[in-house]
Amino acid sequence: MLKMTHLSKVYRTEVVETYALRDFNINVSEGEFVAVTGPSGSGKTTFLTIAGLLETFTGGQYHLDGVEVSNLNDNERSRIRNEKIGFIFQAFNLIPDLNVFDNVEVPLRYRGMKAPERKERIMNALERVGLASRSKHYPAELSGGQQQRVAIARALAGSPRLLLADEPTGNLDTQMARGVMELLEEIHREGATIVMVTHDPELAARAQRNVHIIDGQVVDLAEDPRFHQAVHAARANSPA
Amino acid sequence: MFAYYLQLGLRSLRKNPLLTALMVMAIGCGVAASMTTYSVFRATSNNPIPHKSSQLFVPQIDNWGPEDAAQNKGEPPSAMSYTDAINLMRDHRGKRQTVLYPVDLSVVPQDPGMLPFRQNSYAWYADTFAMFDIPFLYGGGWTAGDDEAHAAVAVIGRELNEKMFHGANSVGREINLNGRSYRITGVIDTWKPEPTFFDPVNTNGFDDASEVFIPFTRAVELKIGSNGNNNCNKDPGPGWDSWIHSECVWLQYWTELPSTADAEAYRQYLNGYSAEQQRAGRFHWAPNVRLRNVTEWLDYQKVVPQEAKVSLLVSVGFLLICLVNTVGLLLAKFMKRAPEIGVRRALGASRKEIYMQFLIEAGAIGLAGGVLGLLLTGLGMLGVTLVFEPDIAKLATLDTSLVLLTLLVSVLSTVVAAFYPTWRAAQVQPAWQLKSN
Repeated sequence: MLKMTHLSKVYRTEVVETYALRDFNINVSEGEFVAVTGPSGSGKTTFLTIAGLLETFTGGQYHLDGVEVSNLNDNERSRIRNEKIGFIFQAFNLIPDLNVFDNVEVPLRYRGMKAPERKERIMNALERVGLASRSKHYPAELSGGQQQRVAIARALAGSPRLLLADEPTGNLDTQMARGVMELLEEIHREGATIVMVTHDPELAARAQRNVHIIDGQVVDLAEDPRFHQAVHAARANSPA
Repeated sequence: MFAYYLQLGLRSLRKNPLLTALMVMAIGCGVAASMTTYSVFRATSNNPIPHKSSQLFVPQIDNWGPEDAAQNKGEPPSAMSYTDAINLMRDHRGKRQTVLYPVDLSVVPQDPGMLPFRQNSYAWYADTFAMFDIPFLYGGGWTAGDDEAHAAVAVIGRELNEKMFHGANSVGREINLNGRSYRITGVIDTWKPEPTFFDPVNTNGFDDASEVFIPFTRAVELKIGSNGNNNCNKDPGPGWDSWIHSECVWLQYWTELPSTADAEAYRQYLNGYSAEQQRAGRFHWAPNVRLRNVTEWLDYQKVVPQEAKVSLLVSVGFLLICLVNTVGLLLAKFMKRAPEIGVRRALGASRKEIYMQFLIEAGAIGLAGGVLGLLLTGLGMLGVTLVFEPDIAKLATLDTSLVLLTLLVSVLSTVVAAFYPTWRAAQVQPAWQLKSN
């Protein structure tokens, strides 16, 4: 589903080159739930934005659903983002001027979908996250957990094959975070491929596979015993 | 998507009414100033006979010599002497030709209850009606035979026909002009070319329409003097005959030349005619002739007032300043929405979609500015008399075409002004926006 080979991302200024990703390799199969972990500044979010075609890369190859994306133009990248990828952000990133219904509708509009189909998909997605009754509310009228559920509904409405989540519970309290995580697990069980960036070892432990990034490179978990211990402890403490 | 973007645009405008009002006012004021001055410019620079303006020509012949011409940048006199006009008419080198001059006739009504009144009139040849495509309500112009016979025939205007005959078909009836009876051959329908291209020398381009037209030959036979300009470079001597055979210039000559080749041939003919006059000893200088079509003639006669050009330029400059302000306001407004742009890009909006969304929003602002501009243009029309002469100011009207043009200019100029802010909006890097959120 997602395959990066020897990928690099360099930010250049007149005096310095900074490698955000270096010889980066990852392969995520269809239907996998992968947690990407690593310290701040390690390149997790850069990886996610490149994976989501929000940013270009400097070198290497990236195949998304079998398509090499480096030569795609803006229109093609936008179409792939719209049709194949769903985003869930830490800060929810709902549009404050639009109500819940209209927020969920945004990606469907760009797909050129007819109004009846849009409405059906929106209501289905909102029912799935338990917010169908709040469709006319504005983001400011919802709790953080509810806002993240709306963001998930927005990501789901377009039936993407790949969900990219960047610290999806980072701005939520424990109870809300648990609810959101259960929702993601449910979505994964239904067949979606999920790549989730997180700092939280407990959340990482609930994914099928962990990928650890340090200094812009994927490292073997065995080489970082502290993280390995933390994941082990989190798995032991998590509810069955 | 147009309706969706329009809906988003209107929502965004409602969200910040103060900023929206500032932009609408800036555009409205700029457009109103431009449209008010444009309405005057349009009227004064109008092509009064667009379908034939390139086929109707005014010939000029220098019958005064280089010394007088030097005072007018080497140009021959704007009017023609009787001698030259009659010679050119006799040679008959155009498809049609006419000589005309304004006359002041007294209309004596048959109704004893009505007093005689003076009426702006013209004396010209029969070809004039067909040359200038003059529309008739009843009947038609007189014939070339009437010209040759110096016939007592006349064509009158619609208003005079209303006044004298209560609008009835007066063809064949008599009208008393200067105490002589004339048979009416036709009644002209509304015909008021603006500018009055056929005689800008005597009308300044915008005088009231004339209502009586009689044959040139008849007017000369009756020794009816010109009511217009009469310029002489030396004393013509006493009496009518001395005057018309002098070098005084007081006639407008027009000829119809359908093709470019015809015009070139006519130019050569004018040179030949002038050379012939030189050989005959009348002219003591080389041929100096001109041949100008309608638009060239109006331009040469400076029919468009200088203040109309200047005020249009100033107001367009003002509109540009307003648009520059709008660019700044739009830039602030659009860039404030960078996070939203980032989200939309992440959810599948291409740069093209971002362009469309923000340009349509700008178009909505432009439309609102246009509506305000219309109201202000209406007010501006009332103030035009402060800047222009009354006969020019009265030409400024807010008709349907100006209403549409005002709205179009407003929307288009705002959309053009929005290109830079929209380009900046479309360059927003979604990854940076989403990271910074």
